[in-house]
Amino acid sequence: MKAFAELYARLDATTSSNAKLAALVDYFSAAEPADAAWAVYFLSGGRPRQLVPTRLMRELAMDAANLPEWLFEESYQAVGDLAETVSLLVPTAEHSSNDGLAQWMEEKLLPLRGEPPEVLADRLPPLWRQLDRQSLMVCLKLITGAFRVGVSKLLVTRALATMTGLDAKRIAQRLVGYTDLSNRPDASAYERLVAQESADEHAQRGGQPYPFFLAHPLQLPVEQFEQTLGPPSAWQVEWKWDGIRAQLVKRDGRLWVWSRGEELISERFPELDELAPRLLDGTVIDGELVVWKHAPDATASQADLMQDAAELDSQTLNEQVEGELERFGIQPFALLQQRIGRKTLSKKILQDVPVAVLGYDLLEWEGRDWRSHPQHERRAQLEAVITACASPRLMPSPKLTANTWAELAEQREASRSLGVEGMMLKARDALYGVGRTKDMGVWWKWKIDPFSVDAVLIYAQRGHGRRASLYSDYTFAVWDGPPGAKERTLVPFAKAYSGLTDEEMRKVDAIVRKTTVEKFGPVRSVTPTLVFELGFEGIALSKRHKSGIAVRFPRMLRWRQDKPVEEADTLANLQDLLQ
Amino acid sequence: MDLVIARPEGLYCPPGDFYIDPWRPVDRAVITHAHGDHARWGMKHYLAAAPGEGILRSRIGADMPLQTLPYGERIVHHGVTLSFHPAGHVLGSAQVRLEYEGEVWVASGDYKVEPDGTCAPFEPVRCHTFITESTFGLPIYTWQPQAEIFAGINEWWRANQAQGRASVLFSYAFGKAQRILHGIDDGIGPILVHGAVEPLNRVYREAGIRIPETHYAGDFKKNDPMLREALIVAPPSAGGSTWMRRFGDYSDAFASGWMMLRGTRRRRGVDRGFVLSDHADWPGLLWAIEQTGAERVMVTHGSVAILVRYLREQGLDAQGFTTEYGDEEEADLVKEGASV
Ligand SMILES: [Zn+2]
Ligand SMILES: [Zn+2]
Repeated sequence: MKAFAELYARLDATTSSNAKLAALVDYFSAAEPADAAWAVYFLSGGRPRQLVPTRLMRELAMDAANLPEWLFEESYQAVGDLAETVSLLVPTAEHSSNDGLAQWMEEKLLPLRGEPPEVLADRLPPLWRQLDRQSLMVCLKLITGAFRVGVSKLLVTRALATMTGLDAKRIAQRLVGYTDLSNRPDASAYERLVAQESADEHAQRGGQPYPFFLAHPLQLPVEQFEQTLGPPSAWQVEWKWDGIRAQLVKRDGRLWVWSRGEELISERFPELDELAPRLLDGTVIDGELVVWKHAPDATASQADLMQDAAELDSQTLNEQVEGELERFGIQPFALLQQRIGRKTLSKKILQDVPVAVLGYDLLEWEGRDWRSHPQHERRAQLEAVITACASPRLMPSPKLTANTWAELAEQREASRSLGVEGMMLKARDALYGVGRTKDMGVWWKWKIDPFSVDAVLIYAQRGHGRRASLYSDYTFAVWDGPPGAKERTLVPFAKAYSGLTDEEMRKVDAIVRKTTVEKFGPVRSVTPTLVFELGFEGIALSKRHKSGIAVRFPRMLRWRQDKPVEEADTLANLQDLLQ
Repeated sequence: MDLVIARPEGLYCPPGDFYIDPWRPVDRAVITHAHGDHARWGMKHYLAAAPGEGILRSRIGADMPLQTLPYGERIVHHGVTLSFHPAGHVLGSAQVRLEYEGEVWVASGDYKVEPDGTCAPFEPVRCHTFITESTFGLPIYTWQPQAEIFAGINEWWRANQAQGRASVLFSYAFGKAQRILHGIDDGIGPILVHGAVEPLNRVYREAGIRIPETHYAGDFKKNDPMLREALIVAPPSAGGSTWMRRFGDYSDAFASGWMMLRGTRRRRGVDRGFVLSDHADWPGLLWAIEQTGAERVMVTHGSVAILVRYLREQGLDAQGFTTEYGDEEEADLVKEGASV
């Protein structure tokens, strides 16, 4: 545990990727395979379900520290992180345990799950007493499922590749599914991860998907596209669909569906099973899972849908905008989110919220890795595969064409009415890379500007981690009546915590402290004085929100110090954006 | 009768007609120590503990109207018996003991209970009413013994040296810097200091405190190989300035009690945070209060509301004093729990 806690401290202390990489390599080079197995699991985002309820942990910590609840609460407010607070308050170890991470997880921590409170009260504090502060904090983060450290899966992949001399792509492939809940990391899993490549490795893959290739944001004025990107003819252009990026893996007579988070999601989308007999073994398709408005079998035939897709290619802007969403049948992401949120899938849900896949790319065909074929070849083959599949559950993501970037920019104006986030530009000769690599060709996401409104800050909450001592998470409101209306009030509609510079955040923090009206735990209500331009990606009706509106990915675009609170936007302005 | 009350000018002793660490110009000021938020310019008459004279004169003015008194020695002014007692905070820091008509009050100024060799160690003084600071008045603040912290600094310095990197340690220029210089292993390599630190080193040396040989960092050219082996002690304000460029590739660290929290460490953006404070930690505050035997406790700068509530729950008569003392150490760090 100590070595892992030291690794955590090293990773936490730096923002440099090289320093993090060095820390990871040092750790993995020295770690026992069983410990390394768990370290890979946690560092690449694996999270076992919470082992001990947070509330109980607080109570036990208060007891152990012999503190009244209010003082524990004040301490937590100052620290901003529960695990860290507890590690600072409970008595520290006189001699600390030398057991490794694996032993801690398997023998001490995992067995706690599901135990009644009395048993936990007996067992937890003695465990705490075996750890120094640093290890204790990390251990508590593991217990509460709140372990997070600024390391990407890609960095873990690079560290393992550096250490073993293996190709990073190979490691990435082996890592896929590693953090799946059904897996328990152990020494042999880790040894497989770092083993030298065997001749029959390909055959051992089963349902393993490929690492996803990810796009980079394109932030250029359209006038500079030609100069930077060349002519549009060198690019494959598609809509950037707003669904779940997924990979369909068909091997050994079975179909596996993986999300971009490398989570196996086949069971949540049983309707896709009908694709299994229609795809040949050794086929892997990258695409977007979207909600399809009409049950596909009831409305359009595969041919019609292909027709729709093809037509969209050549359509001019005017024809495209009106009712296209309706015709094309894609539903807002909010619906998909609703479906993901359900624990059980009722017949009604399957009927009301059916899904289909828009194919982007072909990664494997006839059992062979196609990722090093150029984009246009993969696309052509993808279309052939989809035609042969002949199921309305699988369609190619339509290609968009135009002679100039300006024309594409015009088409892009239709994004919002189509319910898409903008366009994707894929170099025609690009290979399919790994993650955010750029060396084998590049994908750009050319997103539309977000919606924006001027909103008033009404609540502030302390942040976490780096922002633990600052009021950095805000709730924003708009007026429920026009300026001058009597008794109009501010209605909260969004929470946002990103978009400000550290400097601005400090200033806002000071104002929050000065204008506090009431404190509720970590939250303060303030006298409304601050107006921010708030940007968001999507907007939908919502019954759960007081305002009747929910927005996606809200963030602060800028601080409108020039704008008095009375001139902030109204609920009616927000409703206008709904169309 | 209250021997000390809060007035707009500062803490005031009505029978003695003088102020303790006032923040506005007054006729008579009793000064606990030379940190800027306690010892201000513009008083007509200053009274301070004798060991603090050098620092006070170097910071306020060589010709300031200053009267000094050795620790423990008493003088009587308007019937109030006054004496200074070591506070263990920085060189010359003192608690002020006031006695009037059988009533004893002690104003602590800033204090630290762990002895550090650079100033007379904190000495508990029995009293009826104790005025305490509360800078680190939350139970999350408990200091490790300083020997462990110095061992950590030495280890960091050696590791940087092995990699050919300079070690830049930020610390407050008066008190903390000298404590570090006194405590670290000067056999590891050359020690360089910023221009703000050296004059204070001189005062400490004159007071007989062992401060190892230091060089003025400004005398070295960029790329001087000596820099790569050196420890450089500089005030936080030097961080990010052009002054830092001369060190090329360096590792930086910050020494402060606030480094206890991961959030503040990260916000500082330094490679290392060493938890070293000139103030009492939570157990230190409680121990000091208990040692005085006081039944009444007045709490000043820091976590006033929290400490007051806690002491009341322990059965003491506690209340807060509003003061304008700040946190001289890391005024630019966002302070925690200082809501009152
Ligand atoms: Zn001080
Ligand atoms: Zn002070």
